[in-house]
Amino acid sequence: MKLLNHTLLYLSVSLLGVLGIWAVVFYFFMLQEVKDTIDDGLTNYKMFIVHRAQGDTAMLNSDAFSDKNYSIKEIPATQAMQVLDTYKDTLIYQERLEQHKPVRLLTTAFVANEKYYELKIISAVINKADLIRKLFLALVALYGVMLASILVVNNLVLKKIWKPFHYLLAQLRNFRLGNTPVFKSARTSVKEFRELNDSLQSLLQRNSDTYLSQKQFNENASHELQTPLAISINKLELLAERGELTNEDAETVGEVIQALESLKRLNKALLLLSRIENQQFVEEQTVRFSEVFQKLTRDFSDMLHFREVKVELNEEGDFESIMNGDLAEILVMNLLKNAIVHNTAGGVVTVTIAGSWFSIENSGNPEPLDEEKMFDRFYKRSPQSSSTGLGLAIVKAITALYALSVNYEFHNSKHKFIILSNTMGRADRG
Amino acid sequence: MKILVIEDETELLGVIRQSLEKEHFLVEEASDFATAMRKIIAYDYSCILLDIMLPDGNGMDILKELKAMRKMDNVIIISAKDSLDDKVQGLNLGADDYLTKPFHMAELNARIRSVLRRKAFSGKNILELGNVKMDLDERTVSIKEGPVAFNRKELDVLTYFMLNHNRLVLKTALAEHVWGAYADEANDYEFLYSQIKNLRKKLNEHDSGLEIRAVYGIGYKMQVI
Repeated sequence: MKLLNHTLLYLSVSLLGVLGIWAVVFYFFMLQEVKDTIDDGLTNYKMFIVHRAQGDTAMLNSDAFSDKNYSIKEIPATQAMQVLDTYKDTLIYQERLEQHKPVRLLTTAFVANEKYYELKIISAVINKADLIRKLFLALVALYGVMLASILVVNNLVLKKIWKPFHYLLAQLRNFRLGNTPVFKSARTSVKEFRELNDSLQSLLQRNSDTYLSQKQFNENASHELQTPLAISINKLELLAERGELTNEDAETVGEVIQALESLKRLNKALLLLSRIENQQFVEEQTVRFSEVFQKLTRDFSDMLHFREVKVELNEEGDFESIMNGDLAEILVMNLLKNAIVHNTAGGVVTVTIAGSWFSIENSGNPEPLDEEKMFDRFYKRSPQSSSTGLGLAIVKAITALYALSVNYEFHNSKHKFIILSNTMGRADRG
Repeated sequence: MKILVIEDETELLGVIRQSLEKEHFLVEEASDFATAMRKIIAYDYSCILLDIMLPDGNGMDILKELKAMRKMDNVIIISAKDSLDDKVQGLNLGADDYLTKPFHMAELNARIRSVLRRKAFSGKNILELGNVKMDLDERTVSIKEGPVAFNRKELDVLTYFMLNHNRLVLKTALAEHVWGAYADEANDYEFLYSQIKNLRKKLNEHDSGLEIRAVYGIGYKMQVI
């Protein structure tokens, strides 16, 4: 749920409560105020009647309300002495309407011509049900208007206020370590966003710095290892060549040389990976993959013969890509070599080239590869394998560089790698 | 024949020297730019091994100087940088070959041999050993005057052995030479073994006077019987 709607939800619930309580309080205030006003009116009216009754004795004989809203009746002095002004709500039967009506009744006593009279005055009161209904309608309308205005304000104002936040979010989403030039902070006057800006900037800067120094370290290490490795191998070569070794010693020397050789290969592959990631293969050309496959199948022909593996090349289309020629060859070579090496004797490698993709399918191990880890560096199916475990990592790095994607499928005991071009351009480099 | 090795890494220099002396070359050393310049001006060499990155200068300038002096010395660049630009620039400046470090001594030897050969017999480039005659340009082989067919890989292996005869050739060096960038699996050696088996058979059948001996299980050596 969007933040906008969250606030709206909470506001709508709490507004409902606040407005409800307010309505009750308002209702009773209103009722009290109306009562007070009516009572004031009754008091004034009483003064008026008492004043008139002094002169107009005819008035003194109206002890029923009939068509007037007061009644006067004579009472004994003792009773009159005890009468205090009382206001109360009561029901009066009205003949005209033939029903009881709620009224406000003032009971008081006065003296006229040395006689005591009791005076009752009524006044129409407010219809409570009516009041409640009107109040309720007004409240519903108010509630609706408030929600609508909050919605509008949220949409217009909050959207504008949250703009820097969304800008930061978009930048974070596109952020790739070692691949994003500079993090541009959002311009905002909101304190929280400014703090977010600063925190993000320093966090990303720290991460980038760490990443760069790690990367540089890896590269330097690989580079610095090359010469001592070569010298060690060369010296052992000379030692073996001298021919003064016993067979046992020579075997040991041979084993050491092999270990150093695999270290050398590993190192070379790591250097290649970092060169790909650093985009040091600048030259680009239009690569026709059918040509690459033809060349490499030729190069591998002896190996294919030796391993009794056949390559079937189906050219359904002409997949072309603008990329570095060496990298295109390395890409195909790694996939093809995997398909040959991990094949079974008498197996087949099926290569299909279409308009915007090519696939390499091979028989082999009946278990699928681990799709999560297969492109990781040093991923190996069996730890005894003498391969570097970097072949697929190199494939991945090359495809990422040229906005190609690589997919893996496994069915009918066949492993299939598909390379297809993303037509979105090269925004995704790295 | 005199060879000048220009290389600042003394360990590597020592190994190269040892390896070349085995081949009965006269080896001179230069471990910095200034010494190298002095030597190329004063003497002529059959071949110069040139490291591009020197502590006090760029090997490319030595190439330029050689070119300016119109010296015909053979130059093989040995560089730690596997960069196409360097390679193209070096070859344009008159270098004869470009070898990326790290390399096997057998590889270096083969490169020196073929460079020297190319210049020596300007025109015909024929390698002879035992009863085998190999035309390196035409890539044809005849044994005792009769042409013998070899497949591409067998021919590569045979050439490598002939250029390195009497030397130990490591399996890895051979795999790398023949396979280039593709050699990165130890089980390539099985494949190599089958190639060598075929090669031996052919050499035997045609009475080539050559044999390929396995050495300690780590490599091979070609010898004239």
